Amino acid sequence: MITAAVQEREHYLNASYGIKSWLLTKDHKRIGLLYLATITLFFFLGGAFATLIRIELLTPQGGLVSSETYNKLFTMHGVAMVFFFLIPSIPASLGNFFLPMMIGARDLAFPRINLLSWYLLVIGGLFSLFAMLAGGVDTGWTFYTPYSTTYSNTWVIATALGIFVAGFSSILTGLNFIVTVHTMRAPGMTWFRLPLFVWANYATALIQVLGTPVLAVTIVLLFCERVFHIGIFDPVLGGDPVLFQHLFWFYSHPAVYIMVLPAMGVVSELISTFSRKPIFGYRIVACSSLAIAVLGFLVWGHHLFVSTQSVYAGMVFSFLSYFVAIPSAIKVFNWTATLYKGSISYATPMLYAFGFIGLFTIGGLTGLFVACLGIDVHVTDTYFVVAHFHYIMVGGTIMAYMGGLHYWWPKMTGRMYPEAWAKLSALVIFLGFNLTFFPQFILGYLGMPRRYHVYPEEFQILHVLSTAGASVLAVGYAIPMMYFIWSLRYGKLAPANPWGATGLEWQTASPPPAHNFEETPVVTHEAYDYSTVIGEVIEVG
Amino acid sequence: MASQAHVETLALREQFDTEAQQKDASTLGMWIFLITEIMFFGGMFLAYTVYRGAFPMVFAVASSSLALILGAVNTVVLLCSSFTMVLAVRAAQLGQQRAIILFLILTLLLGGVFLGVKAYEWKDKFEEHHIPGPTFHLEGVATDQQGHAQLFFSLYFAMTGLHALHMVIGVGILTFLIFQTRKGRYTADYMTPVDVAGLYWHFVDIIWIFLFPLLYLIDRHMK
Amino acid sequence: MGTLRLFPEQASTFAPEVDHLLYFLLTVAVFFTLVIFGAIFYFAVRYRRRSDQELPHVVHGGMALEIVWSVIPFGLTMVMFTWGASIFFRESRPPDDALNIYVVGKQWMWKIQHMEGQREINELHIPLGRAIKLTLTSEDVIHSFFVPAFRTKQDAVPGRYSTSWFQPTKAGKYHLFCAEYCGNRHSGMIGWIYVMEPQDYQAWLTGESPTGSLADNGAKLFQDLACVNCHKADGTGRCPSLVGLFGKTVQLSGGGSVKADEAYIRESILQPAAKVVAGYQPIMPTFQGLVTEEGVLQLVEYVKSLGPKPAAETSPAEGITGSTPGKR
Repeated sequence: MITAAVQEREHYLNASYGIKSWLLTKDHKRIGLLYLATITLFFFLGGAFATLIRIELLTPQGGLVSSETYNKLFTMHGVAMVFFFLIPSIPASLGNFFLPMMIGARDLAFPRINLLSWYLLVIGGLFSLFAMLAGGVDTGWTFYTPYSTTYSNTWVIATALGIFVAGFSSILTGLNFIVTVHTMRAPGMTWFRLPLFVWANYATALIQVLGTPVLAVTIVLLFCERVFHIGIFDPVLGGDPVLFQHLFWFYSHPAVYIMVLPAMGVVSELISTFSRKPIFGYRIVACSSLAIAVLGFLVWGHHLFVSTQSVYAGMVFSFLSYFVAIPSAIKVFNWTATLYKGSISYATPMLYAFGFIGLFTIGGLTGLFVACLGIDVHVTDTYFVVAHFHYIMVGGTIMAYMGGLHYWWPKMTGRMYPEAWAKLSALVIFLGFNLTFFPQFILGYLGMPRRYHVYPEEFQILHVLSTAGASVLAVGYAIPMMYFIWSLRYGKLAPANPWGATGLEWQTASPPPAHNFEETPVVTHEAYDYSTVIGEVIEVG
Repeated sequence: MASQAHVETLALREQFDTEAQQKDASTLGMWIFLITEIMFFGGMFLAYTVYRGAFPMVFAVASSSLALILGAVNTVVLLCSSFTMVLAVRAAQLGQQRAIILFLILTLLLGGVFLGVKAYEWKDKFEEHHIPGPTFHLEGVATDQQGHAQLFFSLYFAMTGLHALHMVIGVGILTFLIFQTRKGRYTADYMTPVDVAGLYWHFVDIIWIFLFPLLYLIDRHMK
Repeated sequence: MGTLRLFPEQASTFAPEVDHLLYFLLTVAVFFTLVIFGAIFYFAVRYRRRSDQELPHVVHGGMALEIVWSVIPFGLTMVMFTWGASIFFRESRPPDDALNIYVVGKQWMWKIQHMEGQREINELHIPLGRAIKLTLTSEDVIHSFFVPAFRTKQDAVPGRYSTSWFQPTKAGKYHLFCAEYCGNRHSGMIGWIYVMEPQDYQAWLTGESPTGSLADNGAKLFQDLACVNCHKADGTGRCPSLVGLFGKTVQLSGGGSVKADEAYIRESILQPAAKVVAGYQPIMPTFQGLVTEEGVLQLVEYVKSLGPKPAAETSPAEGITGSTPGKR
């Protein structure tokens, strides 16, 4: 009965067929899926590099691969993960799919630009893939000069060009989101009725639009320096190699918030839905996203504490860095407070949300260590920093991304994923993650520098633990890949609103029709008003 | 309100409900794009500021070697082109097809003059060995300072080159608009493309208004 | 595999200071981690969903609560900032009586020169209890001089001098790492710091066969490169006399002034026309490419030795090295 109805109903997946209907689509939902496929590819590519790195580090002598290969591995791991997975991850896939639906729009404001931005990511990705296949690049994902401009003999230009092109993909997505949120909200959808996921993506879009062009111009200068040797980063000609670091981190520190803000948005949705309560302090959580976006631009110099930046600049940047801690802390406290007297479900997305809060808390608190001048001098460029940012990017962003993927999977595909397997993999990922990265905090404080192919023997125990954790983590990521594909065909058919969630995206069928809604929704309630979606209620709390 | 796509027109794409909404979106989109452009040029301006601060004397000598007259002529040309662009937008608002085409062509011509003068200036630089590279040499600067002078010219070429690239793109946009106008695409009710192209053209103009004094004028008094 | 330790050795005066700050941060971090984990766990169990029809009461956010949990963390972070910044500030201010050692990083080795002329590669011998000031630069890419047991790290950047200092408190052998990725054999750019009892250090100093002190080598270079022809000591040359120059403020032609420190001397050797002393013509040729970074350091040390003498040279702390002040 339901089965027959769903199969007959026309939706965005069966509205048209054929490769062309995908490659030339203007539908934000299909473009979201194109992004999903692309970034998944880069995720497993980056994961493969990470696996080789971890196996290599099992022994201190560096016997598995040469140091040249090792340097290329960690560089390509960083490039693939940062520029082609983490930055597009949540906004370009889940955001593309759900942001228009959540505000009650038929599409983004500029559908063709949206498609263009996917093609730019693919083209950029192909450049970088070419560089990797042709021989790789060994500068580290940070491309510090003068190593990258004068001394490296690897495929720096092709990789940088790939990142340059992918940067425009990011800019265009951000531009599209900002305009869409400003002009395309459904009747009654006021700013403070927007779901927090929309707020988070809006804040992210601001960073993409303001920060990414600076990365672009930095790459242009890097290109000119490497090809024409104009001297802008070369001390012999009067240039300043540290200027590159300033320009690079002016984008790349805010880029951390491009990665984590949308994750925070996802977690706000999950925490609310699965405790059936509006987010505690909704407005403050919404504004804290904007605060993080703005403050994120003022702290880049905390990457340069030992790079001959002036002592006073170091102090100012350390001071400002602590301001970012406040909106982040506010979010964590508000999520936790939302649970109080809620009706808490243990569905898989909620497990990921718990995991996110826990790991983000650790990642954020260790951020206080690296922002602290006295300690950062010791731990910068060690595994402590590596552990810290993996707690934010993997423990934070990827946990939220997985949570969001499970949460919206029924809406995107019309199928449920197998709950038991999903819970198992969430647990495996959480444990594997901690086993991989917690030992690295200790390694870092002990003084193990990052990007070391060969290391002193006394660090081996901790490296072995870390590698053991990485293998658990790899299993944890492989399981969802398999059951998601399985569910496309064999998963239970999903109802329109399997979680009892309030967002507009749940008020239309699963999968949604090509134009999202049969009727343009009119919003009459605040966000997260659960009395509107639950029929018969038992009041608790 | 029915949500099914209405018949799509240029003035009302299917994702929008009203023409006013579409116009708002397009205009806001262009403004945000221009903000990204400011950040893009901002990186160059920052590099210029840093090195001018580091090597003020050499930058003064290098700056004085630029062709002031040509730069000034180009400034006037570009300001005039902004004026004709405004007239084209005004004509579009009034729905005067022939006037749109006339003013767009005038703008295009002035843009062409700017690029021509620029090309001539660069050719001079080439002949004077002011192109960064092994043959670079700037008179009046000590041999060990040639690198710093070269830095000035690297920035000069990067900044004016990037600006010229934007001009070339602008010329392309104008050409496209002229053909579209000839087909009668733009009416008093739908002239958003002319409007946002105008925004872009003015932006490129404003960038030059910053480049000209920074590169050509700022150190003249030190000579 | 070695034994598992959780904290590195403390071998400098900074090490316990940094560790104490770390303990404070750890306490705060563990406390908040426990609070958050505990609250999530407790709420998740206590308020688990018992029926699918449950609808919790809406709890509106409280401004007072928001202020409390913004202000308390902010206060704590300001303690962290002040504490961390004060250590950092002291790390950036080497004492006047510190023993100067010059370090040049290059792919992939650390080249170290002592004042008395001893040279080492990837090893640094220093006396216990004496403040050591490093002046660092690089011949090629950026490197970073990292001694975990001292809790200090400083980038060595090509084209400029940076400084770092520490005072070892425990004799022993400690890791020296390059912490800034510098290419192929980055992980091979490691070495050892030997902190020695003062008498052992003396023995080591005399055991090495120095090729003349740093300043002497600089003086020789000064002759060989024909600098002396113009920079006459009595000021009659075509270029300014360098006697008594170091540490003074120099008036420049074209206005402005500059303090004659290591960076200025280095720049004047490599880019002499950049800052010309008032009253002189920019006739000096560049020595870029003609003299190595180590050579530049020797010249700098020679110019420093021409005075005026830093106060440290005559301070009582002198004598550990046993060198006579006049030798500098």
